[in-house]
Amino acid sequence: MAELLGIPAPVLFGQLLLGLINGAFYAILSLGLAVIFGLLNIINFTHGAQYMMGAFTAWMLLNHLGLGYWWALLLAPLLVGFTGILIERLLLKRLAGLDHLYGLLLTFGLALVIQGLFRNEFGSTGLPYAIPPELRGGQNLGFMFLPNYRAWVVGVSLAVCLATWLVIEKTRLGSYLRAATENPTLVQAMGIDVPRMVTLTYGFGVALAAFAGVLAAPIYQVSPLMGADLIIVVFAVVVIGGMGSILGSIVTGFGLGVIEGLTKVFWPEASSTVIFVIMAIVLLLRPAGLFGRSG
Amino acid sequence: MAVGSEPAVLAPVAATGHGLRHQRLGIALLAALLAVAPLFLYPVFLMKVLCFALFACAFNLLIGYVGLLSFGHAAFFGTAAYAAGHAAKVWGLSPELAVLFATACSAALGLVFGWLAIRRQGIYFAMITLALAQMLYFFYLQAPFTGGEDGIQAIPRGRLLGLVDLSHDLAMYGVVLVVFLGGFLLIYRTIHSPFGQVLKAIRENEPRAVSLGYDTDRYKLAAFVLSAALSGLAGGTKAIVFQLASLTDVHWTMSGEVVLMALVGGLGTVFGPVVGAAVVVSLQNYLAGLGHWVTIVQGCIFVACVLAFRRGLVGELARLIRRPL
Repeated sequence: MAELLGIPAPVLFGQLLLGLINGAFYAILSLGLAVIFGLLNIINFTHGAQYMMGAFTAWMLLNHLGLGYWWALLLAPLLVGFTGILIERLLLKRLAGLDHLYGLLLTFGLALVIQGLFRNEFGSTGLPYAIPPELRGGQNLGFMFLPNYRAWVVGVSLAVCLATWLVIEKTRLGSYLRAATENPTLVQAMGIDVPRMVTLTYGFGVALAAFAGVLAAPIYQVSPLMGADLIIVVFAVVVIGGMGSILGSIVTGFGLGVIEGLTKVFWPEASSTVIFVIMAIVLLLRPAGLFGRSG
Repeated sequence: MAVGSEPAVLAPVAATGHGLRHQRLGIALLAALLAVAPLFLYPVFLMKVLCFALFACAFNLLIGYVGLLSFGHAAFFGTAAYAAGHAAKVWGLSPELAVLFATACSAALGLVFGWLAIRRQGIYFAMITLALAQMLYFFYLQAPFTGGEDGIQAIPRGRLLGLVDLSHDLAMYGVVLVVFLGGFLLIYRTIHSPFGQVLKAIRENEPRAVSLGYDTDRYKLAAFVLSAALSGLAGGTKAIVFQLASLTDVHWTMSGEVVLMALVGGLGTVFGPVVGAAVVVSLQNYLAGLGHWVTIVQGCIFVACVLAFRRGLVGELARLIRRPL
């Protein structure tokens, strides 16, 4: 069996793949955080809970309505995104003009409520969610075994991230969004409905989180706290990448996932802390973040 | 920490002299109330309230007077709990030395975390402190001396200065009360000192403070270290009182709880965190048997406070009587 740096190749590539998958979730979640922060000036602490809601919606669709993975992939982001729209309209809207720390506190409280409700309903242990039949099995690439589902997750995440980037950077809608991020008053004066755009942006960011949750459901167990620790790692990712650039968020997310995966191979004990250590180093060398503007 | 000689631009105490008298009266009342409280309430419950009240006051020093929201204060509380537990149980130090050692550990940690975190402002500061605290959580989860999921149990309360047996709850309560009042008065002194006036200037308008010639980073770092040390004092004392240091003390939920205490009582008020700690700890005791409802209720209080009640209990009272409290 082939070895690289004293590590069996299948182990190395297996962890790399797992790192890419984690990186995909980091990328989608930090992308959503960045888009929401750009327009609402709120760091959405509920993001982890909304990722969890995506996974649970998939589970409930399957177990209560018999709707499978592909329906979940479509419906869960819509449903959870809709709850996001309600949250924005009913709660976040009232924070306009306040210090943005209040947004963090409010969404933190919401995350506690949502996670508590799901724990009361489903308990703290994870629920299994099967890989859809179309994506079972895998390919033998010679140096490693590539499970189809994992390849699908990496591929579709990358596609969603790039599509988001294209929409924001290259379309008219995206140009409105970027303009409103810079100067909402002026954009409003041009006759564009900025409040509606803010609501839909929040809904879209939340839908992205839920989409990641559905993708994660067959890989990790569906559990009420699956997003709680993840969101803190994503915060570190956001600090490392800076929220100024969409493409930067994507690159940072995938890159850090891979680094984390490699750490798991070479120094397993450090794998849970490596991203935070990188954050500390980036703060020392480039306080504004790799792709960030200062501030 | 030396903060250098600075121009005395901001008139410190004189401007708030009137409010100050109320606050002093309040402190005397609080001390008297706490001295007789064990006659009416269970001392262990009171000690828990006092430890968390000191923790919340230390946290409030940053958010209320420098405008820095630290979402990782559990790091200092929990580190001190482990340090005090280890010193008292493994090294056999007396309780006062164990708590002092714990406070020093938290202060040192505060120096490192603060040095990193003050490189960014506002929302990033909160995320960085949260992430650094989470890193420490994972470290403690694996480190051999913390006992992993079990924590450090059966920490001996020992004898204070080799004389007073602290296994008696009332003796322990006396010590906790002295520690709490000491920390509280230190914070009170700090926020009314010229140093504290500069902190408030930074909170109100940092670029302006910079333009007046203040090295704001050094002030922020000094305040951060002081806050971390006092959080450590609270955490170390808590470990001795409850004879337990565990992962709960350093988890992000603990960071959230201290934010909630300060928010409920009133950010930037002198007495708010004490009232907030009493409310939150009572609530936890009351709801302890009801599964995850504690989290849900705490979350609802967060939402309610942010939407409708941003001044907090003491802040509202202060507005009513038109005096700073």
